[in-house]
Amino acid sequence: MVTSEKNTSLPEGSIETKTTRLNLGPTHPATHGVFQNILELDGEKIISTEITIGYVHRAIEKIAERRPLYQITPLTDRLNYCSSPINNMGWHTTCEKLLGIQTPKRVDYLRVIIMELARIADHLICNGVMGVDAGAFTGFLYLMQYRELIYEIWEEICGARLTTNIGRIGGFERDFNDVAFTKLEKFLKEYPAALKEFESLLTRNRIFMDRTIGVGGISGERALNYGFTGPNLRAAGVDYDVRVHSPYCSYQDFEFDIPTGTTGDCYDRFLVRNGEMWQSLRIIEQAYRKIQEFKGAEATVFHADVPEYYLPEKADVYTKMEALIYHFKIVMGEVDIPPGEVYHSVEGGNGELGFYLISDGGRSPYRLHLRRPCFIYYQAFEELIKGSMISDAIMVMSSLNLIAGEMDG
Amino acid sequence: MALSNDLIRQRLIQKFGEQVTNIEEPYGMLTFEVPKELNIEVLEFLYNDPELSFQFLTDLTAVHYPSYAGREIAVVYHLHNLVANCRIRFKVFAPIAQPDVASATKVFATANWLEREAYDFFGVNFVGHPDLRRIQNVDEMDYFPLRKEYPVEDQTRLDKDDEMFGRGGSFDFGNRNDDGSPRLTPQAGEENVERLGESAGGSR
Repeated sequence: MVTSEKNTSLPEGSIETKTTRLNLGPTHPATHGVFQNILELDGEKIISTEITIGYVHRAIEKIAERRPLYQITPLTDRLNYCSSPINNMGWHTTCEKLLGIQTPKRVDYLRVIIMELARIADHLICNGVMGVDAGAFTGFLYLMQYRELIYEIWEEICGARLTTNIGRIGGFERDFNDVAFTKLEKFLKEYPAALKEFESLLTRNRIFMDRTIGVGGISGERALNYGFTGPNLRAAGVDYDVRVHSPYCSYQDFEFDIPTGTTGDCYDRFLVRNGEMWQSLRIIEQAYRKIQEFKGAEATVFHADVPEYYLPEKADVYTKMEALIYHFKIVMGEVDIPPGEVYHSVEGGNGELGFYLISDGGRSPYRLHLRRPCFIYYQAFEELIKGSMISDAIMVMSSLNLIAGEMDG
Repeated sequence: MALSNDLIRQRLIQKFGEQVTNIEEPYGMLTFEVPKELNIEVLEFLYNDPELSFQFLTDLTAVHYPSYAGREIAVVYHLHNLVANCRIRFKVFAPIAQPDVASATKVFATANWLEREAYDFFGVNFVGHPDLRRIQNVDEMDYFPLRKEYPVEDQTRLDKDDEMFGRGGSFDFGNRNDDGSPRLTPQAGEENVERLGESAGGSR
């Protein structure tokens, strides 16, 4: 803690003679990531904030300019790493839009299951951490075993847990195995009870309510002007959801509600995320039922027929000429991407995750810009916490679901 | 509700006439270009017109086209009308020698950091921006890394050339001599030799 000598910025009526400068971050436990906020304080009241980000900037956009499409998927893992499958799928669907690939319905539904599991994994961490930052560790730990279960499902499908690199352009690298489906059934059976218990721990908890209601509120209009999307925008009462507005992966086939709040404060953000977890469960159940209804060849398909971008079966590579050629071309990154300019977005864990891809006909993108929701709405943080206490700043920070990896890109 | 691309195009031409150029619809999204002096006027027109009301700035970024002489830097705006659920995209081009573009922060608060990012990586000078500083990179940095003259890979590597990425030398990243061999500045070469020598000699 450093005390500054100036007191010029003190508001009228303050009993202090000096402002205090407090570094919140870069490695503060409450930032849950690496970014810095320099708070200028009048006693315990926040006068102004200076935000520094970029500590984990990895130049993903620049690297992507020299990578074939399939090598960019692992880069997207590192954006919002609490829900990397959504980023992976967002990238795959962007490529498919550019290349004009139609995926089979079963692939769409499998993807929906993966994405909604990711949304639950993302929201349960965020809401759990809100409890932790308010002093209640129980809920966080209680839900953690279900995130573990989600990770196990992903592990069955792609072999990885956190940075998943799940799926391929056109579908999945292999079909889901029985263990994955058994674990999914277990999750669908057990998670509702756990989520209910989690809610009963916090939702009507007097301390938690006092810490969050009326803290860090934002009006819908202001939130839109700040480019808010996702749960943070919906908590402010604007029911914008990419899954409904521009459906991808056959989201139009599912029935679900968009939970919204009214005041846009921390409590509303918490409620919206909890509501979304229930809706995600609904979607997964519907998708799982739809998958079981497929008959014949449709029941086993797990990728679209795009030999130029989808790696052939290994057995075919050794025995068939075409498969060998495509395998070589894909692995060596020698597939030309048709020229074009496409913007595609998906509903990520914390908002509209957009991919703006320009191809000049080369083998790698000419330019890729990632619309990272976290980066865009974090600039409102200063406005959200101005005039409030330090403890409120902590709550606002955890309720915004800030992921340093996504912020820095 | 129904807000078609044709209608938007009509309204734009009605208002700005021939200053709206290069109208395209790649993948269904209306895309056009306006002179860079007009960018705020166009943003405000699209924002305030009761029928169009594009009041959500989805994305703002820049692109570097070294081959477009005199208009190398493009600033791209993605706008969204959430009620009619319609997206559009428009671009302004600026010369790299003096990439001045008016700031959109007066219309959209979200433009603040997005413009700082575009400045950080491309050096676009957003005139009227309240706080135009670098945002991801360190303040001391003296170049704009996403410009095409800065190659991603180590310039001494021969296996990762442009031809690898289907650009066969037609595209100048600035790291090649005319005969196609990698361009090494004497200083950079010497440094490399020194660094290699150090690691080989082993100070440990």
